Amino acid sequence: MNENAKAVAATQTKARIDADMMGIAGAVLLGLTLLFAAGFAQASILHDTAHDMRHAMSFPCH
Amino acid sequence: MLRQILTSAVFAGVAAGVLAALFQLWLVVPLIMEAELFESGQRVHFATDGSTQSDRSAPSVWAEPLRHVYTIGFSAVTFTAYAFFMVAGFALAARAGHVITLHRGLAWGLCGAIAVVIAPAVSMPPELPGAIGAEVGPRQMWYLTCVILTMLGLVQIAFDKRPRALITAPIFLLVPHIIGAPQLDTYFGVAPAELASEFVARVMGVALISWALLGLFTAYFWTRSEEA
Repeated sequence: MNENAKAVAATQTKARIDADMMGIAGAVLLGLTLLFAAGFAQASILHDTAHDMRHAMSFPCH
Repeated sequence: MLRQILTSAVFAGVAAGVLAALFQLWLVVPLIMEAELFESGQRVHFATDGSTQSDRSAPSVWAEPLRHVYTIGFSAVTFTAYAFFMVAGFALAARAGHVITLHRGLAWGLCGAIAVVIAPAVSMPPELPGAIGAEVGPRQMWYLTCVILTMLGLVQIAFDKRPRALITAPIFLLVPHIIGAPQLDTYFGVAPAELASEFVARVMGVALISWALLGLFTAYFWTRSEEA
């Protein structure tokens, strides 16, 4: 493998790793958003409809 | 990778969430509805006429079907959120060279139940409706802190082979309880103690089985989409 090909391979690996990290960060962000809406937001419509689930899942509810 | 994360989290989260809701509707929601009779004063324990006992019976879960549709929906959303965290963990573990199997998925799930329900319950037990607690904001902050520190402690036990993890992991696990959850200095509960203890025990049992299913499903969809 010449130097040029090595550099290309390294760049590709780096790009793949960065895309993986974006995916992981995206998953955490999506998880946080859903969790906040379902478990923690105090808006009364969310609180009332999610009420039984919050108690049953041991979130601090009210 | 992105497709693998999205599909395995959504499939596993919705499947585990719906099953978890069915367990809740069977074992936990009737106790919540029974506690609401005490919360609203329709049933009184230790009444002023001197009687110490009160009837034991939960309202039928079929009385308010729409309410339970919401519970199933929000359970699916919540477990999808948990599944997103779990696939993020899977992806990080895979990058570090760990292979995800169904058995390991099960272990991840049980650790999830410990971090999200059982450990926080040690200092802040799940509460029936009608229980009066400290302000909700600080309790939510303590709950999240406890969940994150417990997860860090469990990750160290599972993955950190350095000797110092033997010191740091227990510190992470114990610190939230040394600090302590926000509490009132008086008891306010209106529901019978038996009802409250039954509720807490069942919340933990349902959490264990729901999280075990979540771990299995997430590992199943994760490994399946890896092969595809």
